[in-house]
Amino acid sequence: MTDYAHPEVLVSTDWVARHGRDPNVRLVEVDVDTAAYDEGHIPGAIAWAWNTQLCDTLRRDILSKEQFEELMRNSGIGNDTTIVLYGDNNNWFAAWAFWQAKIYGHRDVRLMNGGRKKWLAEGRELTTEVPSVPRTDYQASAPDLSLRAFLDEVREAMEKGSAALVDVRSPAEFTGEILAPPGLPETCQRGGHIPGARNIPWGKACNDDGTFKSPGELRALYAAHGIDGSKPVIAYCRIGERSSHTWFVLRYLLGLDNVKNYDGSWTEWGNLVGAPVERGAAGAAA
Amino acid sequence: MRADSYSERPLLIDGWPVRVASYRAGDLYRARVESADPGATLARAAAGSAAEAEARALEEARRRLARTRRREV
Repeated sequence: MTDYAHPEVLVSTDWVARHGRDPNVRLVEVDVDTAAYDEGHIPGAIAWAWNTQLCDTLRRDILSKEQFEELMRNSGIGNDTTIVLYGDNNNWFAAWAFWQAKIYGHRDVRLMNGGRKKWLAEGRELTTEVPSVPRTDYQASAPDLSLRAFLDEVREAMEKGSAALVDVRSPAEFTGEILAPPGLPETCQRGGHIPGARNIPWGKACNDDGTFKSPGELRALYAAHGIDGSKPVIAYCRIGERSSHTWFVLRYLLGLDNVKNYDGSWTEWGNLVGAPVERGAAGAAA
Repeated sequence: MRADSYSERPLLIDGWPVRVASYRAGDLYRARVESADPGATLARAAAGSAAEAEARALEEARRRLARTRRREV
């Protein structure tokens, strides 16, 4: 893992087995809900559910600074805590939590490479015990919105080419054949993609065991689509969680300076009245 | 307890490619079905045998996949 641009943001399952219970480490399993955590989780881990704890549950938004502080305080996380995140789907939702932690300025947050799947595949220890954690007085920084793309900026990228748009959804979602991942609710009115976007599905960044591909493989994957750091990048998917995974790869594993996650994603663009939509395979991954 | 005998295999459910993952933890067998692409979780189930856990998860996954329509593009 040492060849990545920022190797300090990744830890191995071995590292977690050795350090997961260290006093300054807070291990967090992150998923859409806590169903997987409740089955059994890494000893010492607490759970965050995307649908209730990592979004504003009234308006569509990330957590406010106050809400983020409250989550950290209730999670026993101080400003100097090393947060180690992991979860299912090769860390989809863990990457979302990572992105938000960076927006609010947490210094030391890391992903467990391979996520929950690798831990299970290695036959490691599980528990259903939920640890109690001491409340803290966590203070978040003002949000760093340079990590987040909003609609106007995405529209400008489409119109002027000011940033490369990377659609990380599956090819079937990109072309408009389906409106959401198979089996999930159709949460947009139109299928297709933002004109000019390149389709580089998030999962291409991962090996079969859930770990990230090597720096050379990742560089080649994105460079083949012109994503090489020569211009800003905006990643999007359906709701912004898969694209936070790609944001993590581009920003922290490849070291691209100007990468944003458009969390409005297709559920915003695909519902906009009058927004241009492109259908079919133009820009699709080879 | 430990995760034991973790395995994954690809499968088609009514034309949709999925992956079925299963393992044993303690006295229970766990199964999880996800779409092969993009990888979203479709169903989880637990039972006293691997076959029963997988059957339950596959039944729920089939029910959810039936809601998805393919469109002409």
